[in-house]
Amino acid sequence: MTTLLIAEHNSSTLSSATLCALTAAQAIGNDIHVLVVGKNVESVADEAASLSGVAKVLCANADVYEYALAEPMGDLIVYLAANYSHIIAPSNSESKDFMPRVAALLDVGQMSDICAVLSADQFKRPIYAGNAIATVTALDAKKVITVRASSFDKNAQQNDQKCPVETIDFVAESVLSSWQSDDITESERPDLSSASRIVSGGRGVGSGENFALVEALADKLGAAVGASRAAVDAGFVSNDLQVGQTGKIVAPDLYMAFGISGAIQHLAGMKDSKVIVAVNKDEDAPIFQVADYGLVGDLFTIIPEMVGKL
Amino acid sequence: MKILVGVKRVIDYNVKVRVKADQSNVDLTNVKMAMNPFCEIAVEEAVRLKEAGVASEVIVMSVGTTQSQEQLRNALALGADRAIWVEAESDIEPLNVAKAFAAVVEKEQPGLVILGKQSIDSDNNQMGQMLAALTKRPQGTFASKLVIDGDKALVTREIDGGLRTVALTLPAIVTTDLRLNEPRYAKLPDIMKAKRKPLDTLSLADLGVTPKSHYRLDKVEAPSTRSAGIKVASVDELISKLKDEAKVI
Ligand SMILES: Cc1cc2nc3c(=O)[nH]c(=O)nc-3n(C[C@H](O)[C@H](O)[C@H](O)COP(=O)(O)OP(=O)(O)OC[C@H]3O[C@@H](n4cnc5c(N)ncnc54)[C@H](O)[C@@H]3O)c2cc1C
Repeated sequence: MTTLLIAEHNSSTLSSATLCALTAAQAIGNDIHVLVVGKNVESVADEAASLSGVAKVLCANADVYEYALAEPMGDLIVYLAANYSHIIAPSNSESKDFMPRVAALLDVGQMSDICAVLSADQFKRPIYAGNAIATVTALDAKKVITVRASSFDKNAQQNDQKCPVETIDFVAESVLSSWQSDDITESERPDLSSASRIVSGGRGVGSGENFALVEALADKLGAAVGASRAAVDAGFVSNDLQVGQTGKIVAPDLYMAFGISGAIQHLAGMKDSKVIVAVNKDEDAPIFQVADYGLVGDLFTIIPEMVGKL
Repeated sequence: MKILVGVKRVIDYNVKVRVKADQSNVDLTNVKMAMNPFCEIAVEEAVRLKEAGVASEVIVMSVGTTQSQEQLRNALALGADRAIWVEAESDIEPLNVAKAFAAVVEKEQPGLVILGKQSIDSDNNQMGQMLAALTKRPQGTFASKLVIDGDKALVTREIDGGLRTVALTLPAIVTTDLRLNEPRYAKLPDIMKAKRKPLDTLSLADLGVTPKSHYRLDKVEAPSTRSAGIKVASVDELISKLKDEAKVI
């Protein structure tokens, strides 16, 4: 039995979520092959070849894979599927797009966002915004699985000897959909999904200009910036910063929430953080129920004071 | 162009669900139910396309229990023209739902299918993508903007790094993200009118779908809870706690 792990990468390196999914794949217990798909991704395949626990790397390099469109990705993975009992990927906006396609084309169910591996066919996954944890057994011979990266440690161990890299010549077609443009947020700050510290702002921050305060504190701490849905909806910050049930799921060592009330959908994305700090002027805000350290007060005086004293 | 929209009955998003004492599932007795918020956004988008003259008819469809008809009536009050209710267990799996939708797509030939990206109960985020695969139609998931331009749908998608726009050749499948639109509320006269709009009832067998079990639910537990923390009185105290006690800065 062999597991196919689909790597997440930015065309130059593997993401840390891929290393977390590798840990999940190892818990399943099969041999592991890693699939690296994209355009000019030979160096990523090379990096994957030195990961411990990986028996083989498959590399599919073609223009059609550049933007990981669901249709060609799905066709490629289905083409490879015959040899695998488990097809697994870290949960992200690309795998959420193509993995259910793979499952449907194989006529199997998908196990979304697993947070624990109990055996090769039994897993735990959060439901109802993480307010319940389901134990589920997959009944299909082939299992299609996405992994909640924040629930698994990274496997960053290297092997001295690299495993073989096999080139996949299959080039999927994409006739019905095409990439038009990207509007990608460039930032020097750590990546929200993998940062060890996060400073988040909510509706209480009041405006996009005021978010400079949150950013100043984040920069003092070397932290990533996050936000609530309300802050994104109001246009204070871009959508990629949303933390929550339907945004990014994070579990940093330190999560600081400023002007965030603590709706269940927001808590769903951050309540597994190691240490949570909440600053809110309403002493009854629900966020205080999950905070290790709560400070009741006005963020507009508290943040500048913190920046000054750190 | 016809638009087919999916509507799912789920727990109201304001309600925090509880797990049953025997851990067999969550407890939904006497819990407030509503239309899945992402489905509300899907209905709104379809109705706006009709108001803009792009769509000729909006059909809403739900695969679920008898009570799902409430959410279909609600969608009719919001402006949909007719409804299809496919009777099924409340925990019917996404692939089976996708097969029921695929059968209706085959029959109705909508130019566009709009679905919520995820339902807030099972949090699967699968059905739209599965439907696209089964019907061999292109997909635009997690849409925050949708423009119909001739035989193309331009879909701006919320992705991890920001936004990505793709062009889909119609007919296509689109799933909604939170910022696609702000759904309207139904007005009383429209709620009255909705009672007279057509609502067809079908069974899975009528659609030629035999539901299959792809997984088994073994147990449902409450998540581990965080122990309540403390309130600090000042920034100085907070900084010293983070440094000396939590050791995170
Ligand atoms: C389907 C669905 C999905 C959702 N997904 C998500 C998600 O992924 N992520 C998410 O975050 N939300 C999500 N939400 C929205 C969620 O329900 C809440 O509406 C949202 O999290 C509220 O954001 P907020 O806490 O910033 O705003 P509010 O609830 O308005 O809270 C603002 C807080 O700021 C405080 N405040 C105001 N001024 C100050 C000040 N000067 N100093 C200190 N404190 C101040 C207030 O006391 C208040 O507690 C979702 C909702 C739905 C229906």
